[in-house]
Amino acid sequence: MSNAVSTAPKTEAATRSAAVKSGQRDKALAWLTVPALFFFVVFAVVPLAGVLILSFASWDGIGAIGSAGLSNWFSVLADPGLYNALGLTFLIMIASWLVQTPISLLLGVFTAGSQRYRAALAVLYFLPLLLSSAAVAIAFKALLDPNFGLATGLGLPFLAQDWLGVPHLAVGLVIFVIAWQFVPFHTLIYQGGVRQIPKSLYEAAEIDGAGIVKQFFHITLPQLKYTIITSSTLMVVGSLTYFDLIFVLTGGGPGNSTRILALDMYLRGFRANLMGPASVIAVILVLIGLALALFLQRLGGQDKQGSQLEGM
Amino acid sequence: MSTVLKSSAEETPAGAPSNSAAPKRGLGSRMRRLNVPAGLGGWIWLAIIIIPVYYVVITSLKTQAGYFGQNPLALPTEPTLENYQMVLEADFAKYFMNSTIVTLGAVIPTVLISFMAAFAIVRGKGRFLKLVNGMFLMGLAIPLQATIIPIYLMIIRLNLYDSLLALMLPSIAFAIPLTVLILSNFIRDVPNELFESMRLDGCSEWQTMWRLALPLTRPAIVTVAIYNGLHVWNGFLLPLVLTQSPGLRVLPLALWTFQGEYSVNIPAVLASVVLSTLPILVLYVVGRRQLLSGLTAGFSK
Repeated sequence: MSNAVSTAPKTEAATRSAAVKSGQRDKALAWLTVPALFFFVVFAVVPLAGVLILSFASWDGIGAIGSAGLSNWFSVLADPGLYNALGLTFLIMIASWLVQTPISLLLGVFTAGSQRYRAALAVLYFLPLLLSSAAVAIAFKALLDPNFGLATGLGLPFLAQDWLGVPHLAVGLVIFVIAWQFVPFHTLIYQGGVRQIPKSLYEAAEIDGAGIVKQFFHITLPQLKYTIITSSTLMVVGSLTYFDLIFVLTGGGPGNSTRILALDMYLRGFRANLMGPASVIAVILVLIGLALALFLQRLGGQDKQGSQLEGM
Repeated sequence: MSTVLKSSAEETPAGAPSNSAAPKRGLGSRMRRLNVPAGLGGWIWLAIIIIPVYYVVITSLKTQAGYFGQNPLALPTEPTLENYQMVLEADFAKYFMNSTIVTLGAVIPTVLISFMAAFAIVRGKGRFLKLVNGMFLMGLAIPLQATIIPIYLMIIRLNLYDSLLALMLPSIAFAIPLTVLILSNFIRDVPNELFESMRLDGCSEWQTMWRLALPLTRPAIVTVAIYNGLHVWNGFLLPLVLTQSPGLRVLPLALWTFQGEYSVNIPAVLASVVLSTLPILVLYVVGRRQLLSGLTAGFSK
């Protein structure tokens, strides 16, 4: 740090060429990145490399680490459990996107309106944001009790299902609870996006006699293009890490019917003590995350305006 | 899109004189018409959000008998705080302290070192700084939870397993990419003339950073601190994997173990849910705007 303090005045006095000056300033500035760089390299980059290395190792989580060659990869790639987890991960990703995007978009438009009651509703809409995934999962488990939960409370017998015991119901439940937890966050993003649309566009459309529906499809939606990409990127990449919610809600069950990749990684590694195969799953997770982020960024085109995840 | 609208607007020069009145009337009618379907949808969504929250709160105030005997959505006939007392006696104060320590211990260093890095990235031009920035941006695309196994290994080797420090270190690393991105976006908004005048006054970059950039980006710093704080506070995977002593539980983990141990006492379990959320709820009531802008930190700047 002393470097940063001493360099700048010296260059100031010496009035050397601009190139030298900026070079020295850069050196001083580079020191400022060292602490962040240190943490990021040690606890993110090294583990990232580590996960690749461990995917070729055999380790039970406690004892010595040995080499396993390609056997982890062969065994995992031959395991139907992987394809079940992959399929489920994508199913939940796509279903979550399809459910959450229209709802949060419409709610974003709705809460961006100027009416008082909308602002009041918005205060309540955002409540789920305050809860941890563990809290949400526990609340829904209680809520879905067939005798002492919602079904009895509302007098709606069709809600009295064995939600956590029947595979397709459990998957549906997971998608619903994910939406319940994350729609508010995306609503917030869309609300911000809608507020940035110039009012003059709507005024012009009014003069043209365009109705609300037309205005929505011809102004709001196109203007929100980058917001949609940002929100979708967060949703899709984020769906790879729904671990905590599903872990507490269903634990991957019944059977393996909600065992998404992240959960599969955890259960293989920390329950079955097979860190090698679990690392294979982790590598697959990283690759999917990277591929999705790049793909969605490509969708956004070169014009990055409005997209805050630029450069990915 | 806008060109289409503009050109068609120009085609109606007759509307120009009445311009001031027309949009107002137009907007008014737009809102009235929007009210019906949009309002309906708005209230339906409110019910979806509020009923679970309401259920959790009222159930946490019921006795066991009330839970089994009453309609689940009816207000408790004899409201009680004994569930809360029971939760507090189950060491929740300690878990609360643990969560607070981990959150502060992760967020303060994250924001501090990310701010320094963001400042350097914005102010410098060298290849090294570009590389650093590129690396952080890559970090955004990677689901860092996938690195949990090597992190577990490293924490064991560093003799940090089962300590609160073990939770802070990876949390800091995970939070750096987004924090740097958001802060550098804000530092970029500081007018260059201000930096220049600091330089002419003979201030070093170090001084410029603390005296100019820091005060000017304070709102952004509060924002990212809240965003990161919420993530660490609610984090579940790191405590699950990196700690095991009951005395080191953070709140989400405590919730999970509590519901395992007291699965027959749903009102007590739900009281623990309410209690663990209470600090953030207080924050929400006190500084809703800050909190919400913190949540979308930079995504909808």
